[in-house]
Amino acid sequence: MSTPEKKAPSNMDELLDGLWKQNPIFVMVLGMCPTLAVTVSAINSISMGLATTFVLAASCLLVSLLRNAIPKEVRIASFIVIIATFVTVVDYAIQAISLDLYEALGAYIKLIVANCILLGRAEAHAAKTPPIPATLNAFGMGIGFTIGLLAIGGVREILGAGKLFGISLFGPHFQPWVVMVLPPGGFFVLACWLIVFAWFKQNKANKSKPQQGCHTTPTTEGSRA
Amino acid sequence: MNHDTVWQILLNTVLPGNFVLAMFLGMCPFLGVSQKLSTAFPMGLATAFVIMVASLSAYFLNILLVHFHLEFLSVITFITVIAGAVQLVEMFVKKYFPVLFRALGIYLPLITTNCAVLGVALFQTARQYDFVQSVAYSAGGGAGFTLALILMAGLRERLQLADVPQLVQGAALSLMLGGLLSLAFMGFAGIGGGE
Repeated sequence: MSTPEKKAPSNMDELLDGLWKQNPIFVMVLGMCPTLAVTVSAINSISMGLATTFVLAASCLLVSLLRNAIPKEVRIASFIVIIATFVTVVDYAIQAISLDLYEALGAYIKLIVANCILLGRAEAHAAKTPPIPATLNAFGMGIGFTIGLLAIGGVREILGAGKLFGISLFGPHFQPWVVMVLPPGGFFVLACWLIVFAWFKQNKANKSKPQQGCHTTPTTEGSRA
Repeated sequence: MNHDTVWQILLNTVLPGNFVLAMFLGMCPFLGVSQKLSTAFPMGLATAFVIMVASLSAYFLNILLVHFHLEFLSVITFITVIAGAVQLVEMFVKKYFPVLFRALGIYLPLITTNCAVLGVALFQTARQYDFVQSVAYSAGGGAGFTLALILMAGLRERLQLADVPQLVQGAALSLMLGGLLSLAFMGFAGIGGGE
């Protein structure tokens, strides 16, 4: 998946869109199932993120190429079949590369099909854009998703196991917060990240119009999922 | 291959192994449609129905796929069948409950991309459940999903009157609630006799 970096600025914007401005996890709050389920450790998060990135970029490319050939009535079904095809590819590829990883991620690799980000991107963006910007946008979204997963997985692994990428950080006397690697930890860590992001946004909004009181700045995240 | 009894599976999927709170399946509607009890309950029922249909079709599809050695097509066939089932439910709700149809909005067709539905099909295949076990698994899963949605909606209705800091409002607050519920459900661990 090589991306031509020296493109027109509009393409660059497409690529960067998903990294920050429309980050799928922290801004759009999409694709929560894998986000919370596999982020027990940093390495799981990265592999899940990369797998999703590949599926996202490949299926958006294909959707974009076929966008004039697919009748409007059956577009959702066609998108899903395209996505499912690439997910099957990734599923078998991971099984071939590392069996340990395959067992750690379990059925959640196959569940990439049901990730809202994929269908959302295919429907809202790739179906209306030419192949190159569509792929770049999808790639950016995927990287943004990976960064989000890593942010959650890193925190959970550090607190829940005292390690990062399997390397012990605090020595043998560290008492791990077991709850962080259990399901509730996923909810709490993601909630904390969302609060951090909301705080950043509020600070920025306050700085841009310093005369007004902070109560007038509506910075709440839309509660869509 | 798998010797769990029906009751074990049922209890396990409703309480300690709740689809939403322990396995993170179906997070989108859990966060999106849990604002009001009046929409959360029908949404839960609709999803439970789709889960049931998906599980049954996945069971027979899987027999077919194994027979023809086409296991690699499982994801594609499952998701296509699920998309069909969702379309059916959507048409049914639109015809007989138009008010509900408008209230559920985009989330009704999104049942297709609900991980819980595909999750049931994939997990029951992975665990090699037989027919009765699959039915119990999907019934428990649907009931658990509905339960989680109702609990969440109840909590969020209460919190609408609470004075929550502006920073925490929205998705962050819902996730905090989800975390607390999940913590509570961990108290049920072991109730179904384990895996």
